[in-house]
Amino acid sequence: MPVTESRRKAKLSRQQYLDLYYYMRLNREVEETMTRLFRQNKIVGGLYSSLGQEAISVGTAYALEKRDWLAPMIRNIGALLVKGVPPRDIFTQHMAKYTSPTKGRDGTSHFGDLENLHIVSPISMLGDLIPVMTGVAMGGRYLGQKIVTMTWIGDGGSSTGVFHEGLNLAASQRAAFVLILENNQWAYSTPVRRQVPLENLADRAKAYGIASYIVDGNDVVEVYTTAKEAVERARAGEGPILIEAKTFRRRGHAQHDPAEYIPKEQREFWEKRDPIALCEAFLLKEKLLDAKGKKEMEEKLASLLEKEREFAENSPMPPEETVHGGVYCGGDDCHKIRPKWERPIAEVMPPQSSVEPVWKVEGFGKGKSSSGKNAPIHFGDVQPEHRAQEPKGRAVKKSDRKPATKSAKKGGR
Amino acid sequence: MAAITFLEAIKQAMFEEMAADPSVVLIGEDVGVYGGAFKTSEGLLEKFGWERVIDTPISESAIIGAACGMSYLGLRPIAEMQFIDFIVCAFNQITNFVAKGHYLWNAPTPMVIRGPSGGGVHGGPFHSANPEMYFVHTPGLKVVYPSTPYDAKGLLKASIRDNNPVLFFEHKFLYRRIKEEIPAGDYTVPLGKAVVRREGEHLTILSYAAMMHTSLEAAEALAKEGIEAEVIDLRTLLPLDEETILQSVKKTNKCLVVHEDTKTGGIAGEITALLCEKAFQELDGPVLRVTSLDTPVPYAPTLEEAFLPNAQKVFATAKELARY
Repeated sequence: MPVTESRRKAKLSRQQYLDLYYYMRLNREVEETMTRLFRQNKIVGGLYSSLGQEAISVGTAYALEKRDWLAPMIRNIGALLVKGVPPRDIFTQHMAKYTSPTKGRDGTSHFGDLENLHIVSPISMLGDLIPVMTGVAMGGRYLGQKIVTMTWIGDGGSSTGVFHEGLNLAASQRAAFVLILENNQWAYSTPVRRQVPLENLADRAKAYGIASYIVDGNDVVEVYTTAKEAVERARAGEGPILIEAKTFRRRGHAQHDPAEYIPKEQREFWEKRDPIALCEAFLLKEKLLDAKGKKEMEEKLASLLEKEREFAENSPMPPEETVHGGVYCGGDDCHKIRPKWERPIAEVMPPQSSVEPVWKVEGFGKGKSSSGKNAPIHFGDVQPEHRAQEPKGRAVKKSDRKPATKSAKKGGR
Repeated sequence: MAAITFLEAIKQAMFEEMAADPSVVLIGEDVGVYGGAFKTSEGLLEKFGWERVIDTPISESAIIGAACGMSYLGLRPIAEMQFIDFIVCAFNQITNFVAKGHYLWNAPTPMVIRGPSGGGVHGGPFHSANPEMYFVHTPGLKVVYPSTPYDAKGLLKASIRDNNPVLFFEHKFLYRRIKEEIPAGDYTVPLGKAVVRREGEHLTILSYAAMMHTSLEAAEALAKEGIEAEVIDLRTLLPLDEETILQSVKKTNKCLVVHEDTKTGGIAGEITALLCEKAFQELDGPVLRVTSLDTPVPYAPTLEEAFLPNAQKVFATAKELARY
């Protein structure tokens, strides 16, 4: 999976390079701290690792702006950290502490923040976040907020029904939504080859008529620059975009799983391509980081995590009596629900629509892959230009077909 | 005051709420151009535009998911299921995502899921469902099942304004069959409150939706035989108005539950347990129930008639109960 030249040459500021490196280190250190806590029996439930996949969580979330929304999956602790979640929240969640964002009611990355950080909590059922984040994007557009929403799905989760329903709705609504398909090649013990008969999972985008990219998920700069481009295109109204990030799950499904089913050669191949080591070598070579800077960063990380871990360890478990309540919102005293309008309210109130109830959408049915000879004819659509020009009965020559590039591929017009 | 149908009441509630509050949007299959399979949203697209009246692909999970996402921004989406039977296609999205949000991560989800339910119209096994109990068993949801146009309008408005996810079932047998005069202007009917439809002293009949009318019909026949039944319309199944139920049963000492949902796992069982726990000493007889049979809803009119409760069945069971 070579990195394309255009992305290799992408020039980031020194601060951006260092931020990406810092958050990957933070991501890994947080998870390693939790591995130690797990071995000390201090993690109540399961512990999932994103070892070797940090570039994806960090690089994609780093492409979002503060106003944007994300919803992590189980291996996207890094995305939460980039969005501004303090490590203590992740520790307390895993340890089921009363000080955790869910007050001990759920664990792992299952928490969110509607008000400030704009994070939607995931659930364990895969794919459900796709229509939900589509809805957030649709709502944001209606309110004039110009937001982009992002979530992640694994190679395994891309086989769920709601993946299809959600992505198709997003496409039909042209929602400003970016979906990161994290292909770590293993759904628990089942290799991707036994799940999906596709070379590239990004090909699924064609079915929805949306743009897609394939990136080296272990190259944080490539991940970031691609995600940045996707976020900007989505914000500009191009509709949802799918990014397949190729990577590898270096640990088992969770801590309990030694993952002996993974071939040794595969593991060795990917261990040599550690995203943090690759990034560090690049930073040192380009003199963006030196030994002194690295040491300072490590000291900063160590002291931060020490403090955060201690806070979590010293936090109480939720008192029994808190088992009651909280199931329902008790009205204004509980939550004052006020949408944040960022467009003139006069545009919508009083209602002044003079919409003709005719099903007609500009450019619809001419999605990213439906053009060309096999594009469906939509009655009422203007005849596409290429069709009008196409001489009748012309056979498609082999040379007209472009070979699919296996490496970085950019969808779109 | 003009007499309007149940269907008109639903339409009025949505129209008035959307006109009063720009955060109310409608999303579902064929709700826009077509105005809904039963025309409950007719005219809404023309009035409120594409941004607020959203036609979707045939994707129930995506409809619920998107409505949930919109509600996180403070919008108040109404998600329509074209027939309520299809709500189970989105079961996971509703019971795992929507229902648990407030408890787990303090996320209010002010949305309504509504659609036509119920049998008696020869819809067959996939267009006649009463799926309320799947959801009554799910903490975090509210379940509303009105029986009159006045209540339908007032309860739907209250559901839209509620900060919680509300499942709102509209019995389609009632859509065009009943009319009621309702006051002009804005009003709501509170969720979680039952109402006494007919006062009586000999026994209590608890019911809701289409079966409330069947129960009233039976009560009239019982009155001719000197048995005065108190008929209570539950209106909201979750939360259940225990107070009104207990108050009535403590007066009549006998209770019959009538619902169109099938017998096993229907709310009659839950109410029986409630009475055993909280009013056992007050009961002069067993808690009885008249319900549909434990089969799918059959298509043939002869079979469907045998499947559903009716006034004769309610009358017979009530008479049996009155003997205690």
